[in-house]
Amino acid sequence: MRKGFVVLLALTIVGLAAIVGLAQDKVVTVMHSWPGAQAPIFEMIVDAFEAENPDIDVQVEIVGQDRVAIMQARLAAGNPPDLTPHPWIGLMKEWADAGQIVDLTGLVDTSEINPALLPIGEYDGGLYGLFIFPNVKSLVWYNPKEFAANGYEVPTTWYQLQALSQQILADGGVPWAIGLDSGAASGWPGTDWIEDIMLRTAGADVYDKWVNHEIPWTDPRVKKAFETFGSLFSNNYVLGGSIGALTTYFGDAVTPVFTDPPSAYMHKQATFIQGFLNDQVEGLVAGEDYNVFVLPTITPAATPDGSVPLLTSGDVISVFNNRPEVIAFAQFMTSETAANIWSSNLGELSAHVNADPTQFDNPITALAQQMLIDATVSRYDGSDLMPAAVGAGTFWSGVLDYVSGIPLDTVLEAIEASAVDAY
Amino acid sequence: MPSFRKRKETRQGQNVTPEESSGSLTGDGEPHDESAARLSWLRGIAARLARVRWNSWAFVAPALLLMGLFLVYPAVASLVRSFFGRGRELFGTTTQYVGLKNWAYVFTNSTMLMAMRNSALWVGIFSVSTVGLGTLLAVLLDRVKYERIVKSIIFIPTAISAVGISIIWKFVFAYRAPGINQIGLLNAIVVHFGGQPIGWLIERPWINNICLIVVGVWMWTGFCMVIISAAYKNIPRPLLEAARIDGAGEWKVFRHVTLPLLAPTAAVVGTTMIVQVLKMFEIVYVLTNGNYSTEVIANRMYKEAFNLGDYGRASTIAIVLLILILPFMVLNIRRFIANEGGRA
Repeated sequence: MRKGFVVLLALTIVGLAAIVGLAQDKVVTVMHSWPGAQAPIFEMIVDAFEAENPDIDVQVEIVGQDRVAIMQARLAAGNPPDLTPHPWIGLMKEWADAGQIVDLTGLVDTSEINPALLPIGEYDGGLYGLFIFPNVKSLVWYNPKEFAANGYEVPTTWYQLQALSQQILADGGVPWAIGLDSGAASGWPGTDWIEDIMLRTAGADVYDKWVNHEIPWTDPRVKKAFETFGSLFSNNYVLGGSIGALTTYFGDAVTPVFTDPPSAYMHKQATFIQGFLNDQVEGLVAGEDYNVFVLPTITPAATPDGSVPLLTSGDVISVFNNRPEVIAFAQFMTSETAANIWSSNLGELSAHVNADPTQFDNPITALAQQMLIDATVSRYDGSDLMPAAVGAGTFWSGVLDYVSGIPLDTVLEAIEASAVDAY
Repeated sequence: MPSFRKRKETRQGQNVTPEESSGSLTGDGEPHDESAARLSWLRGIAARLARVRWNSWAFVAPALLLMGLFLVYPAVASLVRSFFGRGRELFGTTTQYVGLKNWAYVFTNSTMLMAMRNSALWVGIFSVSTVGLGTLLAVLLDRVKYERIVKSIIFIPTAISAVGISIIWKFVFAYRAPGINQIGLLNAIVVHFGGQPIGWLIERPWINNICLIVVGVWMWTGFCMVIISAAYKNIPRPLLEAARIDGAGEWKVFRHVTLPLLAPTAAVVGTTMIVQVLKMFEIVYVLTNGNYSTEVIANRMYKEAFNLGDYGRASTIAIVLLILILPFMVLNIRRFIANEGGRA
């Protein structure tokens, strides 16, 4: 009894000492929801930062797909993480309006961020997001060896893409693999499709008006983009049909293209899918076993100069607590060291001002980085720019409703009703 | 029980003493001057205060304080909040008074109406199924040799977290395109017998909602069974024997003897299940996140608050939920008090 008490007392003292010891370190908390492949690479960046700043302890908190809800609740409770990387520019503006987020103007040296990408994080004269990891979304992933074996050519026009899809179907294959499931964030891969199509059928100007809700969701041009996406399903181009797309997790959707024999031939997804693919199918060589082409243009009038519009997205770092160690970590995230760890290990793109496509061993990363530099028309992911109630709410569920068979007019009217409330 | 009552009586007896003594003081003593009058007046207050049962209030106070802080205050705050618009703080600069707008939304918006329809579907199918199956299992398993083991197995789902259960069932309902190996239990069976795989969680409005309700029933039947089984074991055996000797068949014994005796317990379990199902959130959240017309009221409340940031609407939905649950709670409490009273 007495012995037990002594042991307990000793443990308490050791515990207190440990807490006091830790308290001497300055702590920075980061919240992210990168799954599988990305999480350990982010940890490498954290390690590199901690090696440079031994007195700062970066605590990483990984949450699931429902991060919007978690962030909103934590902010409402006055208990947000110190910083978070995120793609939600629309939400970032809402946070800025509510005064919940730190204006980084003058606090962070932005000279290392690609000046073309920097404005994404600016709003109302302030700087609320530091662009760190870009993604190019308009890419179609395919298996070059299977294409060669079947005599399929990479399509450069929408017409050729339709002809190829017909050909694959006639040969007994399935043209597209699509996965719309993403837990609480289900539907977003479909919004990317619609945004990419919108840029190609209505053009960038209309796209901007749509994102800013200057045209209603019931506009025929919006409707046309949904219908073009829907035609993939009505033409039986999609693996498993609409139910297959709705029940497939977005990270698993690319795999059927690279099974032997392939269950599908094409998959449209952003550059980040490389991490998922290499996680699931071992020993694939970029450029040889898998490759990409850009989703071709559709309506010539929408892209008058003939250049292919590029849909991009990415992660910006937003800061919620203005402390020197937090700013130091945010600053480090814009550094070449951080960018290189990310892109060399994941085959992802870099937002660093010195990023040079020739520096990448991975030909797909090099190509995508070059596209990011060359693009004459490039637009950020519309659903991330919209207010969260639409972009991370009714647009997501609207896509799922449409694909699962709800009439398009009903779907668009519902999204429009929520947009009227939200903007 | 009797010892407690005895103590209560003695305490009452003690309470009476100062009352009597003070009464005798004011009654017998004549007020000679002002100070004496004031004294008697003060004594009157003291007597009145002494009559208050401070002991009992002291015992109840912590409970009242906690209930007030964590139950009454949030409920009142939510009610007030339901008349205000978006925005996070209760009376912040961003929050405006909107009158009955949120209430109109809750009862007219098509998604809300769909959520209410689904909740009604849950209440109907879930509570009848859990109590019905629970009763059936309780009565039938009474005749099984390995009753304890079987009951334990059926009870296990109650001990698993709802999120865990939903993930298990996500695998059961999993869908793969025709031609690809089915990893879902149900679709593997369907395909084995030559059918086409079914999108269990997608096909609206009946298949997916029924599938979700099945998960809930699987989770709660064990709970109902255990409680109803306890009530069944309490039925005096001679009663059943007598009925049998009088020539009643097993069905008649069940229908006219067992069932009426189980009814009070089943009613309590039933109302508990209704309250449970109205609050139901996790299963829908994990399996479909309310997509494909499967949203229920609690789910809608979460989305309005945390996804869409509209705390006004979310509070309105919370109050609606409270109003829906209240009658069942009152029913349960009344029954509870009646039972306690009967026993005392």
